[in-house]
Amino acid sequence: MGFGFILAQPFAQHALLAAALVAVAGGLISPFVVTREMAFAVHGTAELAFTGAAAGLLIADNPVVGALVGSLVVAALIATLGARPRERDSAIGAILAFGMGIGILLLGFYQGFATAATNILFGNIFGVSGSQLLILLALGLIVAVVMGIWYRPLLFASIDPETAEARGVPVGRLGLLFLLVLALTVTGAAQVVGTLLVLSLAITPGAAAQRLTASPLVVAGLSIIFAIVAADGGLLVSFEITTVKASVFITSISFAIYILARATGPALRGRRRHDEAP
Amino acid sequence: MTSPGGAEVALRAATLRYGHHLIWENLNLDVAPGERLAVLGPNGAGKTTLLKVLLGLIPLTAGTVTIDGRPPTRGSPQIGYVAQQRVFDPDLPIRGRDLVQLGVDGHRRGLPWAHSRQADAAIEAVGASSYATVPVGLLSGGQQQRLRIAQALAGGPRLLLCDEPLLSLDPASQQSVTALLDGYRRAHGTTIVIVTHEITPVAEIIDRVLYVAAGRWAAGSPDTVMTTETLSALYGSHIDVIRVHDRIAVVGDGDGPHHPPGGSHQGHGHDDGGHDHGGDPGHPASGGHR
Repeated sequence: MGFGFILAQPFAQHALLAAALVAVAGGLISPFVVTREMAFAVHGTAELAFTGAAAGLLIADNPVVGALVGSLVVAALIATLGARPRERDSAIGAILAFGMGIGILLLGFYQGFATAATNILFGNIFGVSGSQLLILLALGLIVAVVMGIWYRPLLFASIDPETAEARGVPVGRLGLLFLLVLALTVTGAAQVVGTLLVLSLAITPGAAAQRLTASPLVVAGLSIIFAIVAADGGLLVSFEITTVKASVFITSISFAIYILARATGPALRGRRRHDEAP
Repeated sequence: MTSPGGAEVALRAATLRYGHHLIWENLNLDVAPGERLAVLGPNGAGKTTLLKVLLGLIPLTAGTVTIDGRPPTRGSPQIGYVAQQRVFDPDLPIRGRDLVQLGVDGHRRGLPWAHSRQADAAIEAVGASSYATVPVGLLSGGQQQRLRIAQALAGGPRLLLCDEPLLSLDPASQQSVTALLDGYRRAHGTTIVIVTHEITPVAEIIDRVLYVAAGRWAAGSPDTVMTTETLSALYGSHIDVIRVHDRIAVVGDGDGPHHPPGGSHQGHGHDDGGHDHGGDPGHPASGGHR
């Protein structure tokens, strides 16, 4: 089976499109995940998306909707349980562990446990149906529109919440909105790379971009590009090497970009403290 | 930048309580347009809280506050705010220009495309042009503080509120920041309220002092407020105010901001909205002890 032949297949095109949509969402939110120090919140949301997906699979044979409900619930829980970062992380840890347990219990009732678990945890983009693709499209659009509208005040609130508050930015409400967007992105990313590997699309691209530049817009642009390169690049490689799951390549490419950015960043972005000019 | 002149601030019988904790009570204060007021007092005395009242972020328990005759509104473009400094992380994806620009339009929706002339003028005014495109996290404390002041000035405020603007700066940077604030006021007539632990570095550029402690307050010229009698009466215990050359030292106020004396204001530690808990500012002893 040749590469061109695979590319011509609808399932491959669907997968590439779905991955690109998810990558745009991930690339948009990941700089904020880094700045707001919410890596653990992303991970926690993803783990609970697993529980939701398991429930969705069992009840309605629809893991995407299940994951969506799961991550929205956890976003609401994070918002109510943990306002301060330290409090937030311990709350997430507590919810995450319990939720994963429930997820495993639910999957135990499902026939074909092992395959289903692997697909949810490590992604199965080729299993995405037409209707699920529409859901991913909608998720990606919502994330892009919300971020497009509130990018600037969210940046202000993330970088300097005190001053932003004084300038009239609704810091608390934007925090909730961001949690919501994060939940949608996690749901989408979970379909592509799996709930365990969501961080590779929701944090790594932004972390890499921030190493290279401090311009907020360029960071956003690079982050989106890195996410797309990783997601679609990983898929393309998996068309060639079909014995290995696509998420392996996606996470590897994402990590390679990060390492490269760390290595070249100091030269591009500068690292030395500038001398005081009184 | 335009010269919009200074705002007039009036507090009438202003009282603030958190639950049963009295922060300050019956505070009457008029700040004239263009006047420069220093707000002094131990930690937890409600200095930052007073700024937040002026910003419209915290309502008074009783009494009234007006700015130019109207109650303060949150996000008013009339007010510039330099929040207590927190060090920017080196990885923060923002440059000086972006930071200052947020002072112009950071509250508006959209993408951070624009760089306005207002922001450039503010950067110019604080002398930060040479490092305005460097990531802020890579700059020194003094440079970061200049940019924060530029951010506060970029909107062309009539009232500038500064919370510990000199904290963690070396003496040379302190002097350059006070000179900058004073120069701006001379040019634009802006009313300035500076919250500080230490009067000495700002003594040159202020007109009046508001000293808050133990729920009580005193206001007036530095010479009338910063006396052994006035401060002892405020704290309700003996305080020595010592003048050595141009330095004013307050001795007996608990040896620093974290140790208020005699338990006379226990429970008042809430008032600074958590700022003072984020990091020890290195015990800048009130008034300086040397």
